[in-house]
Amino acid sequence: MSAKTIVLEVKNLSMNFGGLRALSDVDLDILQGEIVALIGPNGAGKTTCFNCITGIYDPTEGDILLRSPQGKGVRLNGLKPNQVTELGMARTFQNIRLFPSMTVLENVMLGTHCRTKSGILGAILRDRKTREEEVRVVNKSYELLKLVGLDHHVNDLASNLPYGAQRRLEIARALATDPFLLLLDEPAAGMNPNETIALEQLVMRIRDELDMSILLIEHDMKMVMSISDRVHVLEYGQKIAEGTPAEVGANPQVIKAYLGEEAVDA
Amino acid sequence: MEGFKKSLLACIWFMFLTFPLVVIRVDTAEKTVQWRWMHMLWVGLGAFLLSYVWRFMLKRKAMGRSATNPDGTPVVPFLQRLSANPPLARSIMAVIAIGALVFPWLFSTYQTNIMISAMIYIVLGLGLNIVVGLSGQLVLGYAAFYAAGAYSYALLNHHFGLGFWTALPLGAGAAALCGIILGIPVLRLRGDYLAIVTLGFGEIVRLVLENWNEFSMGPSGVSGISRPGLFSVELSVDGATTYIYYLMIGLVALTIFVINRLKNSRIGRAWLALREDEIACVAMGVDRMKTKLTAFALGATWAGMAGVVFAAKTTFINPASFTFMESAMILAIVVLGGMGSILGVSLAALLILLLPEYLRAFSEYRMLLFGATMVLFMVFRPQGLVSSERQRYEFKETKESQG
Ligand SMILES: Nc1ncnc2c1ncn2[C@@H]1O[C@H](COP(=O)(O)OP(=O)(O)OP(=O)(O)O)[C@@H](O)[C@H]1O
Ligand SMILES: [Mg+2]
Repeated sequence: MSAKTIVLEVKNLSMNFGGLRALSDVDLDILQGEIVALIGPNGAGKTTCFNCITGIYDPTEGDILLRSPQGKGVRLNGLKPNQVTELGMARTFQNIRLFPSMTVLENVMLGTHCRTKSGILGAILRDRKTREEEVRVVNKSYELLKLVGLDHHVNDLASNLPYGAQRRLEIARALATDPFLLLLDEPAAGMNPNETIALEQLVMRIRDELDMSILLIEHDMKMVMSISDRVHVLEYGQKIAEGTPAEVGANPQVIKAYLGEEAVDA
Repeated sequence: MEGFKKSLLACIWFMFLTFPLVVIRVDTAEKTVQWRWMHMLWVGLGAFLLSYVWRFMLKRKAMGRSATNPDGTPVVPFLQRLSANPPLARSIMAVIAIGALVFPWLFSTYQTNIMISAMIYIVLGLGLNIVVGLSGQLVLGYAAFYAAGAYSYALLNHHFGLGFWTALPLGAGAAALCGIILGIPVLRLRGDYLAIVTLGFGEIVRLVLENWNEFSMGPSGVSGISRPGLFSVELSVDGATTYIYYLMIGLVALTIFVINRLKNSRIGRAWLALREDEIACVAMGVDRMKTKLTAFALGATWAGMAGVVFAAKTTFINPASFTFMESAMILAIVVLGGMGSILGVSLAALLILLLPEYLRAFSEYRMLLFGATMVLFMVFRPQGLVSSERQRYEFKETKESQG
C-alpha cells in the first residue's frame, strides 16, 4: 500500500464561517486506488471539507495538493471549482444537485464539457469534428449510464427519477468528467438496504474497473466498514481518528463521539 | 356545489363593492338620483360566471395533473403529436413558409410593415431567449442592445454614409460588445440582483442617448437613415418595404436555425445547466465566466441585428424607441412563449405584436389585457405557450438511434 502514490493530500485545513470554526487543522490523504471514508456526526464538517477541496469554498488556512497518476502535482488552493474538476477530481452532492429539466443523458453529457472543445461556430455549422465529438459524447454518456444501471431512463427528465436513481445519476455525471479521484457525499443517503448493497458494488466496480481513487462521506456504518480501506473521523471540525475500519471501530474516542451523540438524542 | 357557493359569494361581494359606482348615479344638473339596478344584475352575473369558470379551470388543472400520472398515458398535446408525425409537420411548415413568402404581394405595404415589426420582435424574443430562457440570466435591459444596433447603423450612416450591409455586422458586433461590457461586472450576480442591475444598464444607455447631444443627437434622434439598397439600386418606399420584409424572413430563419443548433450543442447544454444549478454546473467543469459571457454576447448580437433592421425600416430613430417598456415587452414574449422554446417565443411575438394592431378597438385596454394575460398564464400555464422540455425529449430519441 505504502508504495502507491498519494493522490490527494490535505494539510492543516481550516475553514471559518465568521466566528464558526467548521474545520480546524484537518489532515487527509488518499492513496491511488484507495477507498477512503470520511465519517463523523452531523455537523462535523465533512461536507465543508469537500467544498474546500473542490474549490467551492476558499479555505481559511491549509494546503490541498492533488497529484495525478502521471505524477503531476498541483496546489488546489484558490482554484475555481471548474479548474479543479478539469484537473481530474469530481464530486457528487449530499443534497442532490442534478439539472432537473434536462434529460438523464444530457445530465451525463454535461459532465464531458471540460473534456470537449467544440464552440459556438462548431455548434452552428455542425462540421465533421463537432459531429464526431457529439457522437463520442453520446456514446460515452450512454456507457456510463449502463454502468450505473440507468440506461433505461436515457430520455427521462432527471427530476422524474426516483431518489436512489438520482444519486446514481450524480455518480455517472461525475464520472463523465474523466476524474481519477471521485468524491462522494453520502451516496447512500435515502437508499433502502438493497439499493445500498448495489451501490457498494458499484463503488467497488468503479474503483477496480476505472482505476479510481474514492473519498466517501457516509453515515451508513455497514457500508463504510465493508468497502473502505481507511477511515478518517471528524468531530466538531477536528480529526479525532484515522485508520482501518477495524481500528477506527475500536477507538474509544470515536465510540464516544457517536455514542455521546446518541445519548444526547435519547 | 362548493364551487357554486363560493362563486355566489364572490358575485355578492362584487355587487356590494361596485354598488356605489355602477348603480347610483347622481345627476347634478337635474338634481336627481338614478338607481340603475340592471347594472348591478350585470355585474353580479359577470362576476358569478367569471368566478365559476376560474374555479372550474383551476380544478381541471389540478385534476389533469393527477389523472395523467397514474395511468401513464397523458393526453398528447397537439405539438407533440405533430413532431411525432414528420410529414404532417413538414407540410404545415411548408404552408406557413409559402404564406410568409407571398404575403407582401397579397397585402398592402401597411400590413407588410406590421409583419416586419412582428418579425423584428421574433428575432428580439429569440435573442433574449438565449440569455433568459436558455442560460437563465434575468436581463431587464435588453432594449439597450437593440439600441446599440440601431444607433450603430444610424450614426455610421449619418456620419460616414455606410450602407446597410456593412452596418449589419458592425451593429451586431457593437451590441455583442455591449453584452460583454454588461456581462463582466454582473458575472457574480443572480436572480433579482441581476435583474435590477441590467434594468439600470438599460436606463443608463437610454439616458446617455437622450442627453449626449453631440454623439447621438439627443431626444430628437437621427433621421434620414437610408433604407437598404439592392445592388446600389434605389428602391421606392414600397419596394424597400418588400425588400426589408424578405430580409427579415431571412434573418428570422437564420435566427431559428442558429438557436436550434446551439440549443442542443455542448454550449447549449452548458447554458441550460447554468440555469438549472449554477453550483453543480461549475463543479462539473463548466467555466462560468465563459459560458455566461457567450450567452450575453450572443443574445446581444441578435438584438443588434434587429436594431439595424429597425433603423433601416423606420429611417428615423430616437431614444423613445428603447425604453424599459420595450425590454419588458420582449421579456413578456419570452415568458409567454415558454422559456427556451423557439416555437413558443415566435408565436408569442406574433401574438403580442399583431393582436394590438388588429384589435385597435381595444387599444385603450391594451396594457390591461396584457396584464390579465400574463396573470392567466402564470396561473394556468407557467411553462408558457409551448414548453421546451418535450421537444428535447423527442430530439434525444432520434439522436440516440443515430449514435
Ligand atoms: N456556508 C456556510 N456558512 C456558515 N456555516 C456553515 C456553512 N456551511 C456549513 N456551515 C456550518 O459548518 C458546520 C459543518 O457543516 P457540514 O455541512 O460540513 O457538516 P457535515 O459533517 O457535512 O454534516 P452532515 O452529516 O449533516 O452532512 C455546521 O455547523 C454548519 O452549520
Ligand atoms: Mg454533509
